[in-house]
Amino acid sequence: MSVKVRIERRLEVSRTTQIGSILLSLLLSFVVIAVIFSFLGVNPLNAYRRILIGGFGSLYGLSESVAKSIPLLLAGAGLALSFKARVYNIGAEGQILLGAIVGGGIGLAWPDLPRGLLLPLMFLGGFLGGALWALIPALLKTRFRVDEVLTSLMLVYIASDLVRYLVYGPWRGAEQRGFPYSSPFSLSAQLPHLGTTRIHYPTLIVALLLTLAIYILLYYTKLGYEIRVVGENPAAGRYAGMSVERVILFVLVLSGGLAGLAGVGEVAGIHARLGPPEGISPGYGFTAIIVAWLARLNPLLTVLTAFFMGGLLVGGDAIQTALNLPSATIFIFNGVILFFIIAAEYLTNYRVKVEVVK
Amino acid sequence: MIDFIVSVLTLTIPAGTALLLGTLGEVYAERSGVLNLGVEGMMIMGAVTGFAVTFATKNVVLGILAASLAGILMSLIHAYFSITLRVNQVVSGLALTMLGLGISGLLGKQFIGMPLPVRLQPVHVPVLSDLPILGEFFRFNILVYISILLVPLLSFFLYKTNWGIVLRSVGENPAAADAMGVNVFLVRYLAVMFGGLMAGLAGAFLSVAYAPAWIEGMTAGAGWIVIALTIFSLYDPTRAMLGAYLFGGVRVLQFRLQPLGIPANLLNMLPFLVTILVLVLISEQAFRRRIGVPAALMQPYSREEK
Repeated sequence: MSVKVRIERRLEVSRTTQIGSILLSLLLSFVVIAVIFSFLGVNPLNAYRRILIGGFGSLYGLSESVAKSIPLLLAGAGLALSFKARVYNIGAEGQILLGAIVGGGIGLAWPDLPRGLLLPLMFLGGFLGGALWALIPALLKTRFRVDEVLTSLMLVYIASDLVRYLVYGPWRGAEQRGFPYSSPFSLSAQLPHLGTTRIHYPTLIVALLLTLAIYILLYYTKLGYEIRVVGENPAAGRYAGMSVERVILFVLVLSGGLAGLAGVGEVAGIHARLGPPEGISPGYGFTAIIVAWLARLNPLLTVLTAFFMGGLLVGGDAIQTALNLPSATIFIFNGVILFFIIAAEYLTNYRVKVEVVK
Repeated sequence: MIDFIVSVLTLTIPAGTALLLGTLGEVYAERSGVLNLGVEGMMIMGAVTGFAVTFATKNVVLGILAASLAGILMSLIHAYFSITLRVNQVVSGLALTMLGLGISGLLGKQFIGMPLPVRLQPVHVPVLSDLPILGEFFRFNILVYISILLVPLLSFFLYKTNWGIVLRSVGENPAAADAMGVNVFLVRYLAVMFGGLMAGLAGAFLSVAYAPAWIEGMTAGAGWIVIALTIFSLYDPTRAMLGAYLFGGVRVLQFRLQPLGIPANLLNMLPFLVTILVLVLISEQAFRRRIGVPAALMQPYSREEK
């Protein structure tokens, strides 16, 4: 008699299993992170308490978490759409930067336009900037079958150097005395805030509306149906007469455009000028990958996961000052959570079957 | 003029050495069919471990060994997720980079601004290092020589030995390799672990020889250039060396070319731009086959779902 362990694919994954797996993977992440923290001499309970209080424990913390969730939501909802089609746009960080360059560039070029005209122009330009940056991997994939993972990733670093070139070079403000910043934006190029917070609410409203639109597009339109079919089984999609190329172009350009909007929101809503790339986006485009994956690629759930990850970023800043930890500490959360999400996906898609063979 | 060229070249080789070490490892990992985007994370863990152990033991060799071990341990996480669990390699690699950046930041906090009591000293090759002009090329530290020696060794192993054929066949057609009795999982694990070892070494090179210091995030994107170089080299150790020195040279030259009106930041883009061009060039199927782009790259292997 022997025991045989087999791993087989599950055909259906229920919604309860999905949500349960998200919560379980988060719980396990926090256990593992606690172990890592203990090993590195940080009291995990103390750190968690500080993060919780810092990110969610006060009105100020909550408002900061919402502010940080805006770029995460814009980029994350777009990535959820893209990943749903199994198009792995991992270059949202670069698309955010291009949005910041084009949107910010418009703000710098026409500072005297009325606000009601200038801000929409900046958003439009930012959307186009991000979309065009994503069009590069899209065209390379559809025309030359070049994998979008590597091209979109390479374009992140090209975009960073482009921003650096601009703010150290031609776009450096005359009064910045050698610091890599553009001139400050005029008032009409700056987004209004909610009270004294840093929540630039026009971007937040746009983000929420677009997230809803993506959800409707994905589940209630023909194009959305095609995106889901192509993601599940491209061969079947092609057989049914769908244009796989059109789906690839659409999801990449749209996710790039949304990331571009996030870039405009950051420069017009937070910084009010252009600066070094790591200042414009401290990795929002990469954190957005976690936002999308943690939501199991459901656009509506990205609203929750973006807020959660935004809060974690704010909490990360809190432990940095309160416990004197380096800013990179928060990457431990990102890495471990990402590992557990993909492991949970594996566990919900497969099940372990133990058979007793006589 | 000759002095200028020699001085640029003698700076280029050390500047490209971390890239070379990392790329040699990633070439092997990808040849087995596993893309590891965690190079940056493994490298920085190598850097912090190498510094910490050297600092504590005052022994550079121990530091370098520990750094290699750290690289291997990191790579095992990716190997487990991408080979055993067969999850998305891209996401797993990104997660590994984030994890490495985070842990190294926390681990290295105490070493910021600390001087290293000992460092990897240059080795003066007898006789050769006394040559006029050329002597400069024989006064590098041991890791530089090791990285150069590894190039022909790894080429030979890859193309001329049975083990090399096994490695390439696993990346080319894992099902066929499996049918021939090759343990696909074991080969992929070993290749990914070798990639980790080399990334760890590359990190140690930075923190105990090149810098030598611990600076948070000191790899500064070198891991991503390694990913680019692996493609640029078309998965070949010799071309990896050319590419590593080319891009190392760009980093050295950028400050010297600035007075001529060539902005450093635009030069920095070069490795990534060239890599995109190479990706387009190798997109043609027949060409891919001829140069040996691993056909099963990024495809998890399962014995049951073929």
